[in-house]
Amino acid sequence: MSTDTAQPAPGGLLGWFDKRFPVISVWNEHLAEYYAPKNMGFWSFFGSLALVVLVLQIVTGIWLAMSYKPSATEAFASVEYIMRDVNWGWLIRYMHSTGASFFFILVYLHMFRGLMWGSYKKPRELLWIIGVIIYLAMMATAFFGYLLPWGQMSYWGAQVIVNLFSAVPGIGEDLSVWVRGDYVISDATLNRFFALHFLIPFILAALVFLHIVALHRVGSTNPDGIEIKEKKDDKGIPLDGIPFHPYYTVKDTVGVVVFAAIFAAVMFYAPDFGGLFLEPPNFQPADPLKTPAHIAPVWYFTPYYAMLRAVPPIAASQFPGVVVMFAAILIMFFLPWLDRSPVRSIRYKGNLSRGFLAAFVVSFVVLAYLGTQPASDLYTLLAQIFTVVYFSFFLLMPIYTKLEKTKPVPERVTT
Amino acid sequence: MRSAIIACVLLLTPIVTLAQHGGPELEQSNIDLKDKASLQRGAKYFVNYCFGCHSLQYMRYERMAADLGIPEDELRNNLIFGDAKPGDLMTNALPAANGEKWFGIQIPDLTLVTRWRSPDWVYTYLKSFYLDDSRPYGVNNIVFPDVGMPHALANLQGLQKAIYAEGHEGEKEHVEGVELVEPGQLTPEEYDAMVRDLTNFLTYVGEPMKLERRSLGLYVLLFLGLLFIVAYYMKKEFWKDVH
Repeated sequence: MSTDTAQPAPGGLLGWFDKRFPVISVWNEHLAEYYAPKNMGFWSFFGSLALVVLVLQIVTGIWLAMSYKPSATEAFASVEYIMRDVNWGWLIRYMHSTGASFFFILVYLHMFRGLMWGSYKKPRELLWIIGVIIYLAMMATAFFGYLLPWGQMSYWGAQVIVNLFSAVPGIGEDLSVWVRGDYVISDATLNRFFALHFLIPFILAALVFLHIVALHRVGSTNPDGIEIKEKKDDKGIPLDGIPFHPYYTVKDTVGVVVFAAIFAAVMFYAPDFGGLFLEPPNFQPADPLKTPAHIAPVWYFTPYYAMLRAVPPIAASQFPGVVVMFAAILIMFFLPWLDRSPVRSIRYKGNLSRGFLAAFVVSFVVLAYLGTQPASDLYTLLAQIFTVVYFSFFLLMPIYTKLEKTKPVPERVTT
Repeated sequence: MRSAIIACVLLLTPIVTLAQHGGPELEQSNIDLKDKASLQRGAKYFVNYCFGCHSLQYMRYERMAADLGIPEDELRNNLIFGDAKPGDLMTNALPAANGEKWFGIQIPDLTLVTRWRSPDWVYTYLKSFYLDDSRPYGVNNIVFPDVGMPHALANLQGLQKAIYAEGHEGEKEHVEGVELVEPGQLTPEEYDAMVRDLTNFLTYVGEPMKLERRSLGLYVLLFLGLLFIVAYYMKKEFWKDVH
């Protein structure tokens, strides 16, 4: 794919490296001569921002691990030690805790962008699937990480989630003991969760690498959902494309600065974020003998938690709820084949698609809220309704994307 | 699509403003972390009235003295008991071992109580003890029903009796307020001020870097504001030739 073959080979240090490693062709292929649509607006920021936060989480996480003690007797105190006695420990810890929530905010916005632009449609199916795997790896990392402060909510949240495995018919009990390494959440659980919380982010980084490789194979899409590669000039450069570097590097720099300001405002002025980013019960050390009155996972898991609670048990087994909860995530893998619309972008899809996408977003947000609240009859009914709405977005998609009348797609990108 | 975005923002609002629900209404503590005199008094009250039972096991004497502007000789003479050194954590071995025996529960450490409960809760709690013969120490509390703790500040505040909702005499779920029946050494105003100082101190202890984080945040945001101007005009310059 090297496009610099006609140019003379560079000398000096760069030449020395380029003879041994494809510095110039990689730079060109992925930055200087990677053509991105010129009309990617606001919604294109979130992918690069999520990458920035991934790096931030890995770096701050390594620094936290230098002072953190993964032991049931010392973990809670070691977090307070980091907050009080380690130089700048409080800053590193707040960056990490705020970063976790922002990572999910960015990824949810990034996924929503994908839904709007039809980014999952052919030929980007694999790109989308890698993305969903990234999302799963993120959730696993967040789940393991949430146990580490060893507060009351860490402990009981993990207890509730690991107990879900015991709902699996037949092997459930053994499975949950295998996950915990004990009959209850204990020191053994904390140790393995720490090991996994440290490991998975590196797998996540590798998956992000694959995500970008796949992206650069098929090219970035845009709000119009049309392929810029189909209209090229005589040099083979897409007419509506601009080199990623410098255009999008300078643009994403602005995005990073604005995001950093929002991030800093939260981190410095409201690191608890009203009990959503750091839950008050987690300032109490884990007590296996005292169950908190109300156990709720952190906000980014609550949509699925609401679905879990919404499904009534069958024969005293919670298993159906567990199946629904996991199905809500796994169904995303099939999205590329559920959408039968001839057009990609929501701009040119019909009103049915727009309505269903809006209903899907509303159901996700409402379920997220319901998941933070204690269950009541009304809330359970609402959770059931919105669980149906959530799934109907996916399951009815083959029907409504076929039924509706789409608008004509322009030849070239609009601005 | 725009309306859908607005709809989700609006729907997010209740989550963000997630209110504390349940339990009696809390009084405003109106504390001020910048008020060093108040924090020093709070530290003194804590050591005199609370520290006998409650530890601050994640807080160091030295850090407290430095942050609150307490000179070292005063720290050594008035705030440190026993053979603890200024660099030590403010732990408390005796009650930890005997809490179960004395009060039926483990005595909680108070380092993070304001982060777990909230400053207003602590303030209200310390003002909400009332006489209740059914309890082992003769007192109960509105915001913490059937609390195991005796009213440690009773001789300062005096004794209060509960005012019940009409038709619910003697039911602790229906206590609507309290009334002073036997004055203590302090007037109600003095007692409120003392409890406010204590709450202020405990809020400081819960997050000693709180003021530092706020002032640092300002510099970070100012820097990012300047960086934004540079980044924005750089982007504009580069994108001039994109049509």
